[in-house]
Amino acid sequence: MRVRFWGTRGSMPVSLTWRDLRDRLAQVVVQAHGKPLDTLEKACAFVERELDFSLSHTYGGHSACVELLPPGEAPDQYVVCDMGSGARPFGAHVLARQAGRGATIHVFMSHMHWDHIMGFPFFGPAYAAGNRILIYGCHEALEHAFRRQQDPPSFPVPFSQLAASIEFVPLAPGKTHQIAGLRVTPARQFHSGDSYGFRFESGGKHLVYTTDSEHKLQDNEETRRIVAFFREADLVVFDAMFSLAEAISVKADWGHSSNVVGVELCQMARARKLALFHHEPANDDRAIERILRESRRLEELTRDAHRLEVVAAYDGLEIDL
Amino acid sequence: MKLTSQTYADTLVITPAGRLDHDNCDEFRAGIQPHLETGGSDGRGIVLDLSGLEYVSSAGLRCFMLAAREARNQGGQVVLAALRPVVAEIFQISRFNMLFEIHPSVREALASISAPAAAAFDRG
Repeated sequence: MRVRFWGTRGSMPVSLTWRDLRDRLAQVVVQAHGKPLDTLEKACAFVERELDFSLSHTYGGHSACVELLPPGEAPDQYVVCDMGSGARPFGAHVLARQAGRGATIHVFMSHMHWDHIMGFPFFGPAYAAGNRILIYGCHEALEHAFRRQQDPPSFPVPFSQLAASIEFVPLAPGKTHQIAGLRVTPARQFHSGDSYGFRFESGGKHLVYTTDSEHKLQDNEETRRIVAFFREADLVVFDAMFSLAEAISVKADWGHSSNVVGVELCQMARARKLALFHHEPANDDRAIERILRESRRLEELTRDAHRLEVVAAYDGLEIDL
Repeated sequence: MKLTSQTYADTLVITPAGRLDHDNCDEFRAGIQPHLETGGSDGRGIVLDLSGLEYVSSAGLRCFMLAAREARNQGGQVVLAALRPVVAEIFQISRFNMLFEIHPSVREALASISAPAAAAFDRG
C-alpha cells in the first residue's frame, strides 16, 4: 500500500511569503558560494544533497488530504482521507490520470470542520458527469456539512449542480467495513463535535489515520483502546499540531495532540512508522524540522528493543508500506 | 515511586526517585497531595528536586503541571531543580521548560524562592 500526502497542514492552508522565499534564496546563495555549480544538474544535486530540508523543500501547504493506493489497485478507483484544500491538486491529478474516463472516488471523512471539507468545492471530479463519489463518515451531519458550504453566500455553485454522482455512506464506529478492497475500521476520537480515526488494512499492511484527536493519556482504559487501535500499524498518520506543554495547558481541550504523545502511543502500540501531521499553521519549515528532530531524539531516548521511525509529512510525500 | 521531603525554613523540598509515567502517576499524585495542601499554603514555596528522576513521560509531566496548579491555587509556587540530562531534554522537547522555573541545583531553587530557606540549606 502506498500513502500519498496532498495536504498536511492543520486548521488552515499556508504558503511561503515573498520574504520567506527571498530569505531562503539568500541563504542558499551563501551556502553555494565557491562551489562549482555551473550546470542545472550540479545545482539540483547540491540542493538535494547538501541543503537542509527546510531550505530545499517546504512542508506546505494544503489542509488535510491523504490518498491511499492499495496494492493491485483497481483501475479508475481512488481512496482518500479528508477533503481539505489538498483535494484541489488531488482532484486535478485524478482528472489528468483519467483523461475523460469516469472514476469512483472513496472519501473517508474524519470530521467536517472547515479545514477538512474546504477543498471539496474545488474538487474537479465532482463537476464531471460519469464520476462516482462515495463519502464515508460516522457523523450524522456529514451530508449537511458538504451541502451547506456550497450554498450562498459561501459559494456560487450549489451542491445540486455538481455533475458527479455523489453518495453519503454512514459508517459505524468500532465496526470493520469492506470498502474498495480495504478493511476499514473507524474509531471515535476526542475533538470538538467528535472526530473519527480510520484503521485501513490491505495485503497485510496497516495504516492508521488519526487526525484532529486529543489523546490525553489520562485514563488507562482509554489509552489501552487507542493503543489497540494503533497496534503494530505500519504507519500512523498522527495529529501533532501542538507541543505537549500547549496541549496540556493553554490549549487543553482544543482537540489536538503533540509529537511527544505520538511517539509514546506508537511505542506502546509497537507501530513501525509515525508521520507527524496536521502541522500548526504558525510553524514555518524550520520549526517543523526542529519538531521532527526532537521527536526522533525522544524516540531514541525512550527506545527499548522496538525501533520507531519518525517522519514529518509534507505535501507530495509518498510512503510505501 | 519513592518520594521523600525535607523542609528548609519556609520552603519544602520534595524529591521523587525512579521513573514517572502513566503506570505510577496516581501514586505520585497521592504522595504529593498532602505536601501541596500543607507546604503550598500561605504563599510558601515547593521545590521539586528531580535529581533522582530517571525518566518522565507525558503523563508524568501532566502530574507536575497539576501539582503546580494546585500549589498556585493555594497561593504557593512550585519550582524545579537538578534535572538529569535525559529529563532536562524531555522537558525541552515537550516545551515544559517554558511552563516551569527550572534551576540547576536545589540550592539555587531555594534561593530563588526564599532567602531564609537558602540559608537553612547552607546550614545543613
